[in-house]
Amino acid sequence: MQRYSLFSLARNALTGHRDWQAVWRSPPLGKRYDVVIVGAGGHGLATAYYLARNHDITRVAVLERGWLGGGNVARNTVTIRSNYLRDESIPFYVKSVSLYRDLSRELNFNLMFSQRSMIDVVQTYPRLRDIKRRMLNMDLHGASYEVLDVDELRRRIPALTGGGPRSRLPIIAGMAHRNAGVARHDAVAWGYARAADARGIELHQHTEVTGFERGGRGEITGVQTSRGTVQTNKVAICVSGHTRTLTDGLGLRLPLQSFNLTAFVSEPVKPLIDVVVNMPDSHCYLSQSDKGELVIGGGVDPGISFRRGIKEGVFEDTVTAVLEMFPALQRLKLLRQWGGTLDTASDSSPIVSRTDIPGLYVSAGWWGGFKAIPAGGLTLAHLIANDAPHPLIEPFSLNRFRSLDFVLETGTTAR
Amino acid sequence: MLLIPCPWCGARDEKEFENGGPARVPRPDPTAMTDEAWVDYLLIRPSHPGALRERWWHVHGCGQWFELWRDTVTHDFLDAPDER
Repeated sequence: MQRYSLFSLARNALTGHRDWQAVWRSPPLGKRYDVVIVGAGGHGLATAYYLARNHDITRVAVLERGWLGGGNVARNTVTIRSNYLRDESIPFYVKSVSLYRDLSRELNFNLMFSQRSMIDVVQTYPRLRDIKRRMLNMDLHGASYEVLDVDELRRRIPALTGGGPRSRLPIIAGMAHRNAGVARHDAVAWGYARAADARGIELHQHTEVTGFERGGRGEITGVQTSRGTVQTNKVAICVSGHTRTLTDGLGLRLPLQSFNLTAFVSEPVKPLIDVVVNMPDSHCYLSQSDKGELVIGGGVDPGISFRRGIKEGVFEDTVTAVLEMFPALQRLKLLRQWGGTLDTASDSSPIVSRTDIPGLYVSAGWWGGFKAIPAGGLTLAHLIANDAPHPLIEPFSLNRFRSLDFVLETGTTAR
Repeated sequence: MLLIPCPWCGARDEKEFENGGPARVPRPDPTAMTDEAWVDYLLIRPSHPGALRERWWHVHGCGQWFELWRDTVTHDFLDAPDER
């Protein structure tokens, strides 16, 4: 791998930038791999990278139907945080945030990770109670969450001029989560892809998985793709939102349903908001990107949805809520909108698990999977390599559903 | 899906409605089946791109529950399969 540094930039400048290597190779599709990962998104690429780095498994192919990093890793709101409720969830997300902190150096790729804090704007007492409960539990696991009074909240976010005493839902408090931050989503996908490729892993774009080959015991022996059949004994499905599109045909019964989460982006403006602002009572949140665009996230479409745009009603509700709190934004133009299809489990917690089919692993149910990419990849790679779950994901196996032993999570995004 | 055709009130704004999830099969008797089948009934709901039969509640209108077919990709309402 050609390392990126100030020195390499200067040296390539001297030759007119003609000698940069391709960021990853495009090898022909092989006949047999030790592990096949379906989906070159954040989780698939991170899993490939950690398989090579931590377990020396490099005969791995990552198969992607579209282009690398073009799915939900490009369709989120880049928020990274660990303010969850459950003893099972918090250590997992704390690990993920800590991996993000060192990731730019480790991957030699600037992820533009900025640990800028997330501040919740609280407008109802039930919400305040719920968040304080999360705070106490997070204290036990080393994640920070602190109550702010309204004056301090408005000092930290000067643009927050709405939600005064005469509004319908006046602001009653704030909560600051100092571990939270943002990172550049494309860089996460490209950084992991480049580092995985450098360790010998093959990335195959425009290679759609159309079916699976099974052996006598029902075990996985290969995958059928649009470019031919590939033999393998281990397949990991990392196709957030569309997991059941692949697994229903195998006879697996997964408790997942797909929804569509709303997001849109404004035109760029001067620096205005330097934290991630979350407004859980109004079902929206926003942050400002390094380019100056306001990245705004909203709630979910009514009903099951595989749509990639956003719903008019949800969009209108989100805009209304944002303007109620930030009236100064009302003349901003919006540039882009998108919906991320996510499949959520019955208890809103992720699934990183073996399945009833020997050799088939799933990583699904990511409701806010961007923040989970490093820890999700690390733990899924551990599961594939050892055929035993990493301690951080033991609670997130499919077995929990057999006895309705849910990990009910309320720390997910606006719902 | 900006207007939802309520069988009693006609086409009304979607904000008057709550989505009740996919239409369910009749509730089986949990004592007359295995635990696995009961958990399967509780947890496994339809979720696929394309036509889906769903329940809707006209909560800010007539208050009735009814069922409609909808395409989960385009969000267009569809005729029932036997009328298509």
